[in-house]
Amino acid sequence: MAFIPHTDDDIAQMLQLIGVPSIEDLFDEIPRELRAGALGVPPALGEMELGRLMSERAASDGRPLNFIGAGAYEHHIPAPVWAITTRGEFYSAYTPYQAEASQGTLQLIYEYQSMMCALTGMEVSNASLYDGASALAEACLMAVRANRAANSRRILLPRTVNPVYAQVAQAIAGNQGIIFETVDFDRAAGRTLLESLQPYSGQDVTALVVQQPNFFGCLEEVDQLTDWAHRNKILLIAVVNPTSLALLEAPGRWGGQIEGNRGADIVCGEGQPLGVPLAAGGPYFGFMATRMQYVRQMPGRIVGRTVDVDGRPGFSLTLQAREQHIRRSKATSNICTNQGLLVTAATIYMSLLGAAGLSRVAAASVQRTADLVAALSRIAGIKAAFSAPRFHEAVLVLDRPVAPVLAALARRGIFGGLDLSERFPELGAALLVCATETKTAADIDAYAGVLADIMNQSRAAA
Amino acid sequence: MAELQAREPLIFELSKPGRGAGTQYPPRTAGTAEIPAPYRRAAPPLLPEVSELQVVRHFTRLSQMNFSIDTHFYPLGSCTMKYNPKACNSFAMLPEFLGRHPLGPEPQGFLACMYELQEMLREITGMQAVSLTPMAGAQGEFAGVAMIRAYHRARNDLGRTEIIVPQAAHGTNPATAAMCGCTVKEIPCDANGDVDIDALKAAVSPATAGIMLTNPSTLGVFECKITEVARIVHEAGGLLYYDGANLNAILGKVRPGDMGFDVIHMNLHKTFSTPHGGGGPGSGAVGVGARLAPFLPIPVVGKDGARFRWLTERDLPQSIGRLSGFMGNAGVNLRAYIYMRLLGREGMVRVAEFAALNANYLMKRLQAAGFEPAYPKRRASHEFIITLRAENRLFHVTAMDVAKRLLDYGFHAPTTYFPLLVPECLLIEPTETEAKEDLDRFCDALIAIRREMEQEPEKLSAAPHTMPVRRLDDVRAAKQLDLAWKPAA
Amino acid sequence: MSNIPSDLRYTKSHEWVRLGANDAAEIGISEHAQSALGDLVFVEVPDVGRAVKAGDACAVVESVKAASDVYSPVSGKVTAGNAALAAQPELLNQDPYGAGWMFRVQMSAPLDPASLMSAVEYAKYLADEAK
Repeated sequence: MAFIPHTDDDIAQMLQLIGVPSIEDLFDEIPRELRAGALGVPPALGEMELGRLMSERAASDGRPLNFIGAGAYEHHIPAPVWAITTRGEFYSAYTPYQAEASQGTLQLIYEYQSMMCALTGMEVSNASLYDGASALAEACLMAVRANRAANSRRILLPRTVNPVYAQVAQAIAGNQGIIFETVDFDRAAGRTLLESLQPYSGQDVTALVVQQPNFFGCLEEVDQLTDWAHRNKILLIAVVNPTSLALLEAPGRWGGQIEGNRGADIVCGEGQPLGVPLAAGGPYFGFMATRMQYVRQMPGRIVGRTVDVDGRPGFSLTLQAREQHIRRSKATSNICTNQGLLVTAATIYMSLLGAAGLSRVAAASVQRTADLVAALSRIAGIKAAFSAPRFHEAVLVLDRPVAPVLAALARRGIFGGLDLSERFPELGAALLVCATETKTAADIDAYAGVLADIMNQSRAAA
Repeated sequence: MAELQAREPLIFELSKPGRGAGTQYPPRTAGTAEIPAPYRRAAPPLLPEVSELQVVRHFTRLSQMNFSIDTHFYPLGSCTMKYNPKACNSFAMLPEFLGRHPLGPEPQGFLACMYELQEMLREITGMQAVSLTPMAGAQGEFAGVAMIRAYHRARNDLGRTEIIVPQAAHGTNPATAAMCGCTVKEIPCDANGDVDIDALKAAVSPATAGIMLTNPSTLGVFECKITEVARIVHEAGGLLYYDGANLNAILGKVRPGDMGFDVIHMNLHKTFSTPHGGGGPGSGAVGVGARLAPFLPIPVVGKDGARFRWLTERDLPQSIGRLSGFMGNAGVNLRAYIYMRLLGREGMVRVAEFAALNANYLMKRLQAAGFEPAYPKRRASHEFIITLRAENRLFHVTAMDVAKRLLDYGFHAPTTYFPLLVPECLLIEPTETEAKEDLDRFCDALIAIRREMEQEPEKLSAAPHTMPVRRLDDVRAAKQLDLAWKPAA
Repeated sequence: MSNIPSDLRYTKSHEWVRLGANDAAEIGISEHAQSALGDLVFVEVPDVGRAVKAGDACAVVESVKAASDVYSPVSGKVTAGNAALAAQPELLNQDPYGAGWMFRVQMSAPLDPASLMSAVEYAKYLADEAK
């Protein structure tokens, strides 16, 4: 019996003590007419047979060469990360409500919070949220709670923010009267212009969201945008890539022209690049950090350091009363979990890489993407779309529809990028490509070679 | 545990400038690509500078300070801390699954598993359609209530904004209702722990959007009048939402769809044994009847002939939308799939049987030892409540004290102070994967603690005594906020 | 037995009101309330100049166990908030009717004493609630 240890003897003894003749009698309170019939699910498989099935399915999915980014990034994950994270003491531990029995998890989360503060340049971080997209939704709800100067629930959302994040923010926060207003981007540069925000100057707006690097991989002019927001009493929500923060200015230091009000107000993003595998889309984790003045408005769990009755330092979940109480304010969250296992992996990853290693990963990714763009732009019919400086992604424009090209690449074992033509039709046949430190020069040559082939073939066919 | 006398330093305290795990760095790349100066970071972030061995040793030692299912019995009521089979992890971490980008062409092997998972969940819950997208129980709840709201709005029934909730419900329920723009109406339970039918009849109205229930209830007992509850709410025009936190009690015995529920969320990290991971990731898959199927959160796995694909905005135009950046906690769902295949039809039916056997056995033994069950005349479902109100009166001990003292005996405490309705309570859920001897040892520990209450109460009030730390000052933790390490000035 | 000064008026949500000259009111929460919450870790009082209506949630008390809204029992304009509570929330636990006062309101109209409970009525209310 799968995972059930009871022998016939055990069962007999237990039934006798309970005072019923059979296990079925334990369900006698359930009305007969509600009882389920036979379950229409397959019979049990042993570990061996299931292993075979899973291996076959995995093999059929294969291991293509991946050049897709768009919010999930392929990076080398050091061997110790998951060797330690899958230790039973981390893997099968519960939420650390009984602090004395969970000091391992709690200290780890405290270290994680400290590292996220260091990366983002903010004063306090929570213990994580579900993912980057829902973290943005939570940041918007938090901004409504925290911005006392604003009464409207208008949030400015540039089109250079990941469009799926915008959808998720709408789905999660839309029922609470939050109005998202889109801000267009400059077609040549590939980023948001300050001029596009001017119509909102002096108006009642709660927050401005800025993604850095943006969805296209381009660098936004974050200092200008942050100062504009603060000048207009608008909170700045930064959506950032954690790997990039090894090289890019920390959101806690964005701006600088407004006396006494420097840096983003709320920082969030997707933590997946920090030691979490792509894994067909999840589980990942969202991070959130903020200024100490807003800590009581921040959703999610938080670990604090304290002492025990003997004065020994220890860690526990803190500010828990706010979790269920956030409903008192203008906007509500119901979140109570965090992504503990992924935070464990990320903390080990950041400890192994350190600032030096993370900058090498970031720099290599910048270089590889630049090499990729150069190699692919040399192919006739392909050119780079935007002029703004970029991090580790770029948009290319093709002289023909993207989908068939991507399909042809996939047939040859290459995932070439993300087709943008549906979401951004004004860009034409646009393709978002990404190359991280995992790609070698040979990989890039391989991609370029196959793509050139495909482009030539379809030109010949035309 | 006891051998870890010295405090494990913070990783920052182990750091030394210039130290690092060089093997993990990528090679330096030739080339001149650079971030332009105005965007560059002024000073590097303050991350640890340690060797690989230091990292391994530090985090391994931290892990050794934790209780976990792999090391301890964890009778946490409402959490279903059953064994997490290792195969679930090793198969889910096959390199082809692990390395797959979510935005490439649909992976047929992985999606076959997801599709079959949807089908199995449909079947065991008696629902019509399933979405695997919500990333946690709370998100599943949100999806459920949002779908109910969307359903009424689609029929132009805009006045339905009230959600009825039993008094004993979990705290997330009212918060979820508020997130969906609804208000909450609480109704009491009767002396047997069931929903008060008269109160329910008085509470329904044309403003009722629906009712949020769990069965068995948070009081650990089966809601016998559920068919009547369903009838009353449906006749009033509302829908029924099932909180699947207690699904372990009825798996294979009763199906929520058959009880009249219109939408259910499942906690895959409870009933389907995906790892708790020190606080997550969970997965809050939702199942719906035909009425709510058009509103399911996307994406959902569909099948075109023999080919699997994601159903998105185009296929489900009335969907409540996307709740995650990609498709939810894919790896967690995969682990749940593996677990369900290992259990199979026979195994799933046995889950509730042995969960109930273990819970009833434990309840009877503790009752015989002088502990007071909150509902002594009822069968335990997969869990039951002990109230320590008498002990509190007589010996001035609290449920918290007992919970902390249990740690010294090598058991993680049961859930304490939930549900709020029962004073000084312990909500105990052994699950089906525990052996009789382990249940007996747990009883023996509680019996010993009961003796201590009378004879040596300070052993409880000052507990725990043998953990890496003694009882922590959580008032100070909230007042003197120390939430991140800072280097000495 | 909870301490319930006889010169104050009380609400069902456990606020007390001390009426002063010229329609001035001082507001806090009762001994029963602070005891139920436990050691307070954070208190938020309304800003001076804020207009409040009777029944408005305008302050917050937070302990390790729970965070609760505090409602203004009267309508008017806030004239003062107890700044000492920011650094020392425990003042409210130690002296809920004195040093632990939360905020003062200049009432917009004389108060109808019948709209709040007397000490005797509040004591009975607490006894009934406990059953």
